[in-house]
Amino acid sequence: MLNDIFIKPFVDMVEAPDFLLQVLWEGLVSGILYALIALGFVLIFRSSRIFNFAQGIMVVFAALTLVGLHEMGVPAWISVGLTLAVMFVLAVTIERVVLRPLVGQPDIILFMATIGITLFLIGFGEIIFGGENKVMITEELGIPTDSVVLEPWGGLLILEQKDITAVVVAALLVGALLLFLNKTRMGRAIRALGDDHQAALSVGISLQTIWVLVWFIAGIIALVTGIAWGARAGVSFALEVIAYKALPVLMLGGLESITGAIIGGLMIGILEKVFEIYWGQPLLGGNTETWFAFVLALIVLLFRPQGLFGEKIIERV
Amino acid sequence: MLYRTAGQFKTSYQADQALFPVRQDAILLGIILAFAWVIFPLTASEFTFQTLLIPILIYSLAAMGLNILTGYAGQLSLGTAAFMGVGAYACYKMVTIMPWMNPVVAILLSGVFSAGIGVAFGIPSLRIKGFYLAIATLAAQFFLVWLFEKWAWLYNYNASGAIQVPNLKMFGVYVAGPQADSMVQYFVVLAIVTLMTMLCINLTRGNLGRTWKATRDMDIAAELIGINLMKSKLTAFAVSSYIVGVAGALFVFMWRGAAEPNLFDIPLSFRVLFIAIIGGLGSILGNYLGAILIVGLPVVLNTLPAAFGIPVSSSMVEHLNIMIVGALIIFFLIIEPHGLAQLWRLIREKLIIWPFPH
Repeated sequence: MLNDIFIKPFVDMVEAPDFLLQVLWEGLVSGILYALIALGFVLIFRSSRIFNFAQGIMVVFAALTLVGLHEMGVPAWISVGLTLAVMFVLAVTIERVVLRPLVGQPDIILFMATIGITLFLIGFGEIIFGGENKVMITEELGIPTDSVVLEPWGGLLILEQKDITAVVVAALLVGALLLFLNKTRMGRAIRALGDDHQAALSVGISLQTIWVLVWFIAGIIALVTGIAWGARAGVSFALEVIAYKALPVLMLGGLESITGAIIGGLMIGILEKVFEIYWGQPLLGGNTETWFAFVLALIVLLFRPQGLFGEKIIERV
Repeated sequence: MLYRTAGQFKTSYQADQALFPVRQDAILLGIILAFAWVIFPLTASEFTFQTLLIPILIYSLAAMGLNILTGYAGQLSLGTAAFMGVGAYACYKMVTIMPWMNPVVAILLSGVFSAGIGVAFGIPSLRIKGFYLAIATLAAQFFLVWLFEKWAWLYNYNASGAIQVPNLKMFGVYVAGPQADSMVQYFVVLAIVTLMTMLCINLTRGNLGRTWKATRDMDIAAELIGINLMKSKLTAFAVSSYIVGVAGALFVFMWRGAAEPNLFDIPLSFRVLFIAIIGGLGSILGNYLGAILIVGLPVVLNTLPAAFGIPVSSSMVEHLNIMIVGALIIFFLIIEPHGLAQLWRLIREKLIIWPFPH
């Protein structure tokens, strides 16, 4: 038993390094996607203290809109543009209808409101696009679907090109976002709002504009995530569960930290894959990915209650 | 007019602190109890028992458990469904290992198991707060549901992986299982829910309840005035999980009749949370109002199109249901963020001073 827990997995890793690399790669790809979703959460949380549960359904909704529009005969790239427009309208609507009347309410009320948005979008999406599984328009968007086969140490390592594309696009997106947040006027306004609401308002930053902007950026991130994940697993409402995966990422990285979201996402993606393959499947009957990330984050949180990169929680009476 | 308090004088502090400071409240409660215990059983059909009365009571009980934790002690939890599952599986194991056991005793005991597990998962709350804690309770949610699926001993190694409620007798009458009568089940549920409600009202009004409220309002301040935070938070987790566990056992034994692990998945947690929040956090009455709305609404929505003769497919109705529930949640949060109970509180105030505005 102890041998199975402490020795055998590591022996397996050393004996088949190519398989270990494959596992790490798979973990990295899903980690990138978790990180992207977590990024959407963090942006909204920083600027409005809203814990946006609807990020997961926004991923599904964006992907469904894209595929749905293409099915209606709209060319692929134009439907990407139209989907972005839909996400913008969604951001404006959410700000007008839901957030504006609820300004200043306790956090939990706003959190519930985002769950309300989630339910609404699920019902709305199913009515318009139907509940059945759809195939992401990977080829029409010019994403290569071949795979690269490498042979490290005489082994076999298969990298799918769409995964490589996802990793590259995600990295570009994060880079662009960091540039936007650090170098532009709007980006600085978002960060100012995150630091101190009232101070930001007093120097003339418009809360409404920033909220719409932030929700729109979250929508763009959702679309990219939707395309990348949809290319791997198809587009359906089951995609929503990956939103839950972003939650332990947030705990691990800290709710306010963009770096935390990225590093946390990669850590969780890789560690849960490794745990599942080397410990979960042989010892626990598999499917440990549903809870591993949460338990890991819980243990980390016991030692750092604000996550690895979150702002130190200072409490006053 | 109906609620006029003129002439009801309080001559002692005790009278001022009484459970019903206004006589009409007691009368109203009496009327509601008379409806629940006499008039509904006499008039309700099988369909009403199964789709409205029993589920509303069970959901209110689950929401009440959550409300103790979230509304009174201020610890946000998203793992309610898993604790309901613990109650259900504990009850199932008890009645299959000890078939001679009285089913009501088994249901009441099954809460003890979920209380134990609730305390274990409540320990992080001593360090983790707010949304971090909410996500931490999701660890319980996902881990426990995974355990229900993988630990075959829990469902007695049967092939389907689901638990099936056996026929159970109490005093010669079937109370659970396929042969049980809806009305008998309703009375069992009603008795347990009434008991638990009394327990909750008294707990939250007493010393323990005040400790919880102090912890909720500001835990550091509570600690400074000498409240033991560990004791306060862990008792809240224990009491809450106990009630939720009992609700889970009732959910399977008195209503569903069978359960698969994914029944206790996260949508059920959210449903209970909706009830607690729409009803009103920190209120006992709110749980009932919330449950009536959340359970009753889909039933009403299902019958509406047929009543107006509009042809709508059943899947369409289901999707519309989800959409309308989502929109209503937002609507109620906007018009009254403190829930339906607060709405009733306002109406009552207005009635007491009617016809004057102040």
